Amino acid sequence: MFTPEMLESVKKVEATRAARMQTEPRRMTAEEKDTLLKAFHPDYRADGFAEIKIGPNKGEKAPLELAHLLNSNSRLLGEDIDLTKVDYDVDVLVIGGGGAGASAAIEADNAGANVMIVTKLRIGDANTMMAEGGIQAADKPNDSPVQHYLDAFGGGHFAARPELLRRLVMEAPDAIKWLNELGVMFDKDEDGNMVTTHGGGTSRKRMHAAKDYSGAEIMRTLRDEVINRGIPVVDFTSAVELIKDDRGQVAGAVLLNMETDEYMVARAKTVIIATGGAGRLHYQNFPTSNHYGATADGLVMGYRAGAPLLYQDTIQYHPTGVAFPSQIFGALVTEKVRSLGAMLVNVDGEAFMHPLETRDVSAASIIRECSERGKGVETPLGSGVWLDTPMIELIGGEGTIEKRIPAMLRMYLNYGIDMRKVPILIYPTLHYQNGGLEIGGEGFTKTIPNLLVAGEAVGGIHGRNRLMGNSLLDIIVFGRNAGKAAAAKAKEIELGAMNLDHIGAYADELEAAGVATGDVSPLLLPKYARKGR
Amino acid sequence: MENMVNIYLYGKKYTVPAELTIMTAMEYAGYTLKRGCGCRHGFCGACATIYRIKGSNELKTCLACQTQVQEGMYIASIPFFPTDKRTYDIEEIKPGPQIMMELYPEIYSCIGCNACTNACTQSLNVMQYIAYAQRGEFEKCAEESFDCVACGCCSVRCPAGISHPMVGLLARRLTGKYIAPETKHLSDRVDEINHGQYDELIEQIMQKPITEMQELYNTREIEK
Repeated sequence: MFTPEMLESVKKVEATRAARMQTEPRRMTAEEKDTLLKAFHPDYRADGFAEIKIGPNKGEKAPLELAHLLNSNSRLLGEDIDLTKVDYDVDVLVIGGGGAGASAAIEADNAGANVMIVTKLRIGDANTMMAEGGIQAADKPNDSPVQHYLDAFGGGHFAARPELLRRLVMEAPDAIKWLNELGVMFDKDEDGNMVTTHGGGTSRKRMHAAKDYSGAEIMRTLRDEVINRGIPVVDFTSAVELIKDDRGQVAGAVLLNMETDEYMVARAKTVIIATGGAGRLHYQNFPTSNHYGATADGLVMGYRAGAPLLYQDTIQYHPTGVAFPSQIFGALVTEKVRSLGAMLVNVDGEAFMHPLETRDVSAASIIRECSERGKGVETPLGSGVWLDTPMIELIGGEGTIEKRIPAMLRMYLNYGIDMRKVPILIYPTLHYQNGGLEIGGEGFTKTIPNLLVAGEAVGGIHGRNRLMGNSLLDIIVFGRNAGKAAAAKAKEIELGAMNLDHIGAYADELEAAGVATGDVSPLLLPKYARKGR
Repeated sequence: MENMVNIYLYGKKYTVPAELTIMTAMEYAGYTLKRGCGCRHGFCGACATIYRIKGSNELKTCLACQTQVQEGMYIASIPFFPTDKRTYDIEEIKPGPQIMMELYPEIYSCIGCNACTNACTQSLNVMQYIAYAQRGEFEKCAEESFDCVACGCCSVRCPAGISHPMVGLLARRLTGKYIAPETKHLSDRVDEINHGQYDELIEQIMQKPITEMQELYNTREIEK
């Protein structure tokens, strides 16, 4: 499967392996990291960004593709939607069927609310399902929520909103306990102790996992629980715009049946945006580890309704996406591969960095190795560096890979690459949106009193970079909280007259600003179909 | 010229680049996928697919996102299969010998044909994990079924009408909740937090100026 040049380089990786295993590469200093990020992290590439022309974040920058959607009109502009014909009438409307949406729905149901999930694909078609490595929580005797806070705050460049980060770390152990009691099978030893490892930038081993199906195991359990409870899930139906009322509240959403193209109206006393990330917008032409529907819909809908964004200009590129073979280009190679001992090695067999730097630093370092330093390995679609996976078997013993990262082993074996015996080629892949809609500690947006946001669509929990295992954690912590808060809030909300006036107002503002992209938003699905003519 | 192959999507012939997966080949052919496409990386089971190579009578099953096209592939996707998930209250059920008989009695009609195992897109020993479920060996069933992505290809092929992914899921939830040993350090930490043991410390760190936080972060001790 490898090219002759790759095989030549593998020999060098093998030749240096024994010596490399005797030493731990030095970690970079704060100054070295700063310099590296500014020179090589995609967030610092000015031509990858454009200005948001109108709205609460007017004048700020966002990735080109996101700015384009924010500077576009609603697909409902000019459509005649009869809001008096209500198809669904609920207390709590959850938009999005991933981990955050499912957690929110379960807690809203627990609180006695009439809750419904609407999702444009199936429940569980979400980035949660694809999270491999694990979920953080400071629950070991040598660890504490304060230590977790320090790791996350520093890793996020001291930009996280303290109130949000406090909740994340303080409610983490309870989130794990909740999942465990729902039946999630965490990796444990025979005495019940969690098997935990490091992630990039952690100072304690607090990464809990379910092999390398951590997110899948969590998602399928949550989905099962949603179904057991009889919570309605309207699938293949996308929310395309929030509905507002004459009191400045949201009042539900206009839905689109993805298969019949029919519009429907959902009325709700509280709305939770849990629409996830944006990887399928392919910022700066990166491949992505994200699921098919990750197109930032919630950000666009929330923003058009008047909710501000925070840190929309910071994106996480996971250091280790698949660089080869092309069939799985951009797929995630879990950070757990490095947690278990694999080093990052260049074309000459040199370990060019400590394998457990934070993700932004690691990604920038790999990009530097493949560009300025010219030490990448050429691939049909670009270049990459080696992740020296056979080290895992040497460190952990034969069989460690099959036991701890079976999904990775299977993915590569499909293409004739046995990662137990040969290293694998990786390059950064578009992985996570650090920013999103701004919320307060209770999960509500700052400007609309009954609109909540949970999960990847939130900005501010992690600052300007997120640590491994803090996203699976945030969808549970903030998903649960949003569900509880939305259920409570629904009891006191009285809706006024429903309208879509904000769509026309947005169009007027765009016109006044002289902006005309010619497109509509949200995108809903990426445009992958090739059209010959 | 790229290396091209001929494939048949629902019987209709398309010529596509040989290095594509079934999923990207469908998009190359002009399809805008709505069903049968989820995570695109082999974790969600949305893209269950059945195919046969021209000249062979053997039906094969796969995930469209994880399978490269081949010359003469006749392809039909199975974006939905009516598996039968039974509902239950996880707090009420117990991992006893009766639970499978109550919720999934059809597993005892397994005729041992092994079609499920042969159909598994994850190469799991499906018939074996159903056998464990029959015997009430939930932990073994959970372990054996752990990598299941619930694509449903096993159920499509099963003459006994078993919804295998649902059986595995039940076994895993029973194992995770009731059978696996309890985690004392977890419940201890939850208690400590609930009793306010970290309230003051977390307030303190939240109030620290950035320069002090930078110093703390850059000099923190990292567990080996």
